[in-house]
Amino acid sequence: MAKAIEARNLNIYYGSFLAVEGVTMSIRPKTVTALIGPSGCGKSTYLRSINRMHEVIPGARVEGSLELDGKDLYAPGVDPVGVRRQIGMVFQRPNPFPTMSIYDNVVAGQRLNNKKMRKDATDELVERSLRGANLWNEVKDRLDKPGSGLSGGQQQRLCIARAIAVQPDVLLMDEPCSALDPISTLAIEDLINELKAEYTIVIVTHNMQQAARVSDFTGFFNIEGTGKPGHLIEMDETKTIFSQPKEKATEDYVSGRFG
Amino acid sequence: MTAPTETATTPAPAKPVTQLGDRIFAGSAKGAGILILVVLAGVAAFLVAQAFPAVVASPAELPGERSLAAYIGPLVFGTVLAAVIALIIATPLAIAVALFITHYAPRRIAQGLAYVVDLLAAVPSIVFGLWGAFTLAPAALGLMTWLHTYLGWLPFFAGPVSVTGRTMLVVGVTLAVMILPIITAVSREVFLQTPKLHEEAALALGATRWEMIRMAVLPFGRSGIISGAMLGLGRALGETMAVAIILSASGAVTFNLISSDNPSTIAGNIALQFPDSTGLAVNTLIASGLVLFVITLLVNALARFIVNRRREFSGAN
Repeated sequence: MAKAIEARNLNIYYGSFLAVEGVTMSIRPKTVTALIGPSGCGKSTYLRSINRMHEVIPGARVEGSLELDGKDLYAPGVDPVGVRRQIGMVFQRPNPFPTMSIYDNVVAGQRLNNKKMRKDATDELVERSLRGANLWNEVKDRLDKPGSGLSGGQQQRLCIARAIAVQPDVLLMDEPCSALDPISTLAIEDLINELKAEYTIVIVTHNMQQAARVSDFTGFFNIEGTGKPGHLIEMDETKTIFSQPKEKATEDYVSGRFG
Repeated sequence: MTAPTETATTPAPAKPVTQLGDRIFAGSAKGAGILILVVLAGVAAFLVAQAFPAVVASPAELPGERSLAAYIGPLVFGTVLAAVIALIIATPLAIAVALFITHYAPRRIAQGLAYVVDLLAAVPSIVFGLWGAFTLAPAALGLMTWLHTYLGWLPFFAGPVSVTGRTMLVVGVTLAVMILPIITAVSREVFLQTPKLHEEAALALGATRWEMIRMAVLPFGRSGIISGAMLGLGRALGETMAVAIILSASGAVTFNLISSDNPSTIAGNIALQFPDSTGLAVNTLIASGLVLFVITLLVNALARFIVNRRREFSGAN
């Protein structure tokens, strides 16, 4: 299930603009890796390149290699749709499908795979995914109600349930708590801790306490100035990054001296 | 003794402070809203008042010496039939064009195409009528013969095929071309407004572009598509010149779309009969206009009902 991600000299372009340059990063299975750095440093772009979601912007392309358990995600003939079915994503703002019920939201990905499932199997999948996202007890009586009627934190957990329902190899999270209150944030962080038993998780966050709380490894991205490409400055175990980073820029950032 | 005086002197709740500009704007907006209602009521009153003599008249005095219902019934049938054919053809086409413009075409082609579709709306209906009668009708003869030969077992294509080609089917196709731009324009606008968030949610689950459209774009645009289709239906129901020019009407009530025996439509019939009518015949025509008015009203009410029924799931909350 959980797989490793290996980026080597990855350059990410939007058209002729080089957004991220020379990222080399190993992400181990069943770990939580946090990506931190100032706004515009390319951490979200890098995250999105892992499941090729950055390609929704016309002209996006990459150089270098990005492998999932040794398989190149950008090899010719690889369909981005297939990549995204293996690598799930949770977004900055909760985005359940407003026209679907809670139940339908959870099975949306499964239905895409065109697998005809028996009703009881589907019911079981919904319960398992919602339990996995710590949401089952709150919504089990109203599975047929629209997902947009839930609170922000519940919606975000619904999105996580939707992402894990298809049993991906990797779960990407793009600032999943930035639109949530502290209680909901705590719920998501607890969930991340439970999920790493089964999934490889990569999370972008602006909140350094959050990175310190949830992650095993932390990568620090930085940018020299606007219009320049973002770089991965340093990546190490989270406690090393936050206590004795090798780079001066990392130390300045995590200690709050800039950014 | 003191109680009443006390209540009398209780100060009225303070009026909220409002700016002069606000009040002027609120007043003119309210005025505009009321004006619409007044105009609508005026039209309705005119129709009812003018139709009344025909309603109370005995069948012998009416044109064709038939009862009012027998006169208007076939026209209602023809009107609805033509409009429904147009809607059945135009709606899927308009959705496809709007999706192509918003989600498939490269930007430059999309802009050009959107412009051309809008241009279609600027063509006067009489031009469409002439085109339908002199170009489309003869050109459609082959298709109608084919339909009769191979699908003749369907009541719609029972034939015999009209020699002029001026049939209900040609009217429906012409009306479809006429209402295509409005449905396309409305659908295009709502498709463009689909939240990026929902499109990305579908893509991140591993949806292909078409699956993304089915999961995110179409459900979001559903009410917009219905509104657009109803606007188009309204235009098709009320279309006058194109129908009057193209259709060779005999007043028959039939689902046969390709024969020379066709029901007329209310608007087309008014346009053709009005110049030669006097007295009660005019009242009869206006009575048919009243019926058209009511049909349009019902269509709009139905559209509202459909849009509201799943409001909870619309994403507006």
